[in-house]
Amino acid sequence: MSDAKSWPQEASAQANTDMPQSAVEVAIIGGGPSGLAAALELKRRGISNIVVLERENEAGGIPRHCGHPPFGVREFARVLTGPSYARRLVRAARGAGVTIRTAVTVVELRPGGELLITSQQGSELLQARRVIVATGVRETPRSARLISGARVLGALNTGALQSLVYLQNRKPFKRPVIVGTELVSFSAIMTCRHAGITPVAMIEAGAHVTARWPSSIFPRLVGLPLYLNTRLVSIKGTRRVQAVEVETPGHGRRLIECDGVVLTGGFTPEASLARMGHLAIDRGTGGPVVDQYGRCSDPVYFAAGNLLRPVETAGWSFQEGRRCGGWVAGDLAGDLADHARATQLTSSDPGIKYLMPQKLNLTAPPEGTKREGMKHVQLRFELRGKGVLTIHRGSDLVWQRSLHVAPERRILVPIKALLAPPSHPTDTPLEFRFKIE
Amino acid sequence: MENIPASRSGTPFDIAIIGAGIVGCAMARRFTLEGAKVVVIEKASDILDGASKANSAILHTGFDAPTGSLELSCIQGGYREYIDIHKQFGLPLEKSGAHVVAWSDEDEAALDGIVAQAHANNVEDVSLISAQQLRRCEPGLAESARAAITVPGEAIIDPWSAPYAYLRQSLLNGGEVYLDCEVTGVSFSAGMWELATSHGAVHCAQVINCAGLYGDLIDKAVLGTASFEIKPRKGQFVVFDKAAASLINSIILPVPTRRTKGVVVFRTVFGNLAVGPTAEDQEARADTATDQAALRTLIAAGIAKVPALETIPITAVYAGLRPATQFKDYQIAAQQQRNWITVGGIRSTGLSSALGIARHVFELYCDQAEVEGGGRKDGKDSATQPKPQINIQTNTRTNTQDQKCKHLALRDPQVPPVARLAESTTRDWRCAGHGSIVCHCELVSEREIKAALKGPLAARSLAGLKRQTRATMGRCQGFYCSARLAELTDGHFDVPLAPGAQQSAKDKGQ
Repeated sequence: MSDAKSWPQEASAQANTDMPQSAVEVAIIGGGPSGLAAALELKRRGISNIVVLERENEAGGIPRHCGHPPFGVREFARVLTGPSYARRLVRAARGAGVTIRTAVTVVELRPGGELLITSQQGSELLQARRVIVATGVRETPRSARLISGARVLGALNTGALQSLVYLQNRKPFKRPVIVGTELVSFSAIMTCRHAGITPVAMIEAGAHVTARWPSSIFPRLVGLPLYLNTRLVSIKGTRRVQAVEVETPGHGRRLIECDGVVLTGGFTPEASLARMGHLAIDRGTGGPVVDQYGRCSDPVYFAAGNLLRPVETAGWSFQEGRRCGGWVAGDLAGDLADHARATQLTSSDPGIKYLMPQKLNLTAPPEGTKREGMKHVQLRFELRGKGVLTIHRGSDLVWQRSLHVAPERRILVPIKALLAPPSHPTDTPLEFRFKIE
Repeated sequence: MENIPASRSGTPFDIAIIGAGIVGCAMARRFTLEGAKVVVIEKASDILDGASKANSAILHTGFDAPTGSLELSCIQGGYREYIDIHKQFGLPLEKSGAHVVAWSDEDEAALDGIVAQAHANNVEDVSLISAQQLRRCEPGLAESARAAITVPGEAIIDPWSAPYAYLRQSLLNGGEVYLDCEVTGVSFSAGMWELATSHGAVHCAQVINCAGLYGDLIDKAVLGTASFEIKPRKGQFVVFDKAAASLINSIILPVPTRRTKGVVVFRTVFGNLAVGPTAEDQEARADTATDQAALRTLIAAGIAKVPALETIPITAVYAGLRPATQFKDYQIAAQQQRNWITVGGIRSTGLSSALGIARHVFELYCDQAEVEGGGRKDGKDSATQPKPQINIQTNTRTNTQDQKCKHLALRDPQVPPVARLAESTTRDWRCAGHGSIVCHCELVSEREIKAALKGPLAARSLAGLKRQTRATMGRCQGFYCSARLAELTDGHFDVPLAPGAQQSAKDKGQ
């Protein structure tokens, strides 16, 4: 067994020979809305030695390939398309003196803020006093959805479709089926229409459209058949997609002829760096475990934007990034509440998909200071209906509210309501429960 | 249709190999090293497109192969040769070892028999260990593990870079390959074969049928009969996120049942952890569709053995077909009157045995030459020829073989450059000048992609590119890199990833 144990060490030993090393105050991984917003805020707070590491050839993140409005309403007070929003963000960051290194991939997060990265120059080490991980989200691919059938060309996520259409003016198919009805699913329809692609159907396994009105009436407006209660069973084809088999309870299985499948939504944080490294991962969100400052289990690391949880808009992520920049600036000045004395937020309720943050320092912070942290606990539910959300500390009921919940619908619980007197023991978790009425 | 030139030197080929799977690639290397003029004919555009595209990437010791079988002798020959040559090629070899784990009374009762068989197969270091010893080696296994057998010699390797290296060595030393080239008819006269192919006629003295899943069909078409029938057996696999690789150290084998070796939990040299295969008999020889129910069963089986897998996301799923037959053993036979050798029924151990099979077939070939009263084609008396230099490639040639063989073994064969994809190698992303990272999940560089799109084995499909570079084989499965890959592969693939808008407008016009 000694061989098995020695090989990873050999690999990292190679990595450590003659690698260039440098140091910064704050390294930000990911040049999307939240990463750039964090950089802007750090600059504003006078933290000058910072760098944004972007693995693509251009910064801007996912909005770069969402070629449709609305973006930028909060940040720039006007309605922009994704690409022009992304360009404005990058311009703003560069204008503020933020260093953005593009085509730089972070390979490994190491304890204490050491990053192994690779660029055209090969591998190098970067030591940062603080690291903000802002690597965003991606959609669940075909493999992880365990879809049956032939593994052929033409089954894509929306993200891949949009980058093909908007960045490269390509047309991966002409008549795809769109799977899912989240907000991004309607963005997929718009992307198709932009490229002259005509979707043949939109299918949703649930009984309702996941996205809110007015998106939900969009398929009808463009004459796209929408099939609810319809599950994708398998993909047919030899080299490319030729049809999908779908199933509707009571109506059995049938084939829909098509030449592509857009697998939309099912977002998951792009948390592989955290997962492969030493940071604790939350099973609910799929992102790193954080406290109300976005601070991870290694307190040198912070997380911001959609890495925290799936999924919010670019504008929401921008705000989170900006606040996180402020908290990191505060942390460098020694202003944040103690990392170690945090209370766990838990839920064993299968209806509750996730809670974020998962840890809270319950010492009431002075209001309006950077110690305040996030204002809300963000929740998502797996189910649809009216019910009561209750929060318990041991046998005490701390908070309760009647709510309408639905999948992918954001629910916010004010953190202020959960704060306890400093004398209270911090090791009793706060338990979230939901009872449907 | 144009004629394929007989060979670069203008004379007919000595050997035509049908099929560029793992066996065909190893065969091409062996015969090239032995001095024969070799051509490989493959009907797909990329090599390794049939049975060899999916397996469990394990280099087996043969501890559990049937004692006295041809399969065992080929596995053990292949194992030894891989150990000998891997360093020279820069191919990975991770001696993870394996544990055959007993999960029930029935399993436990079978362990002694497995140890005895291993010893009978000359795998001497196989021994029984207790549940406690197992737990020390494999703390990630479920508590229900009863006892185990340790097989220290089992190893994991790169299942694609190895065959690419074999065929590239053949090509570098005078071998040739025709891809996208299907054999459509044959004729044999005056000791020479003429193979009609979709690219023209190929003339050669000897044919070796390494057609894998189609081996029986080729034999039937040529010889009028096949001594075996291929019964494709599908194996599905689930690949877990790389975070899972730290959960086990060795290959976790089940106690085999009569039909299959059962579900294995194994790490890959790329840093993944995978569970599989299933064993499903089917008629279709190309259908590698996956099935949700089967995948869920595999995931559950994986979690039952390694409970922490429950928290780990799935990265990929795949399926492969083993060319099983009605027989247990390999079906390798020479038709001495017709200069035809069939290599069939190489079901699930081909990756381990390929180099050994190639040596075995070379022996058959030499014996055949003797029967024919062959001797060297150049007319010189073999006794006056200098003896081939003994080196790693040629060191098994016996004196008798040497006298029987028509060809002169290469004195100093060249070694081709090989992709460095395993984690234990110095990956390209560590090296300056890689361009940039294209596939972020698997850290595949632009330089690696461009290299795979060049040369005689240039990737002509996404599947081929994956096998050569691992691009899109990671967690996001192309979410981030599809556009970049479409751009880099423009004009290279038979079926483009995504045609440009201009291209599709042109299609419409036609």
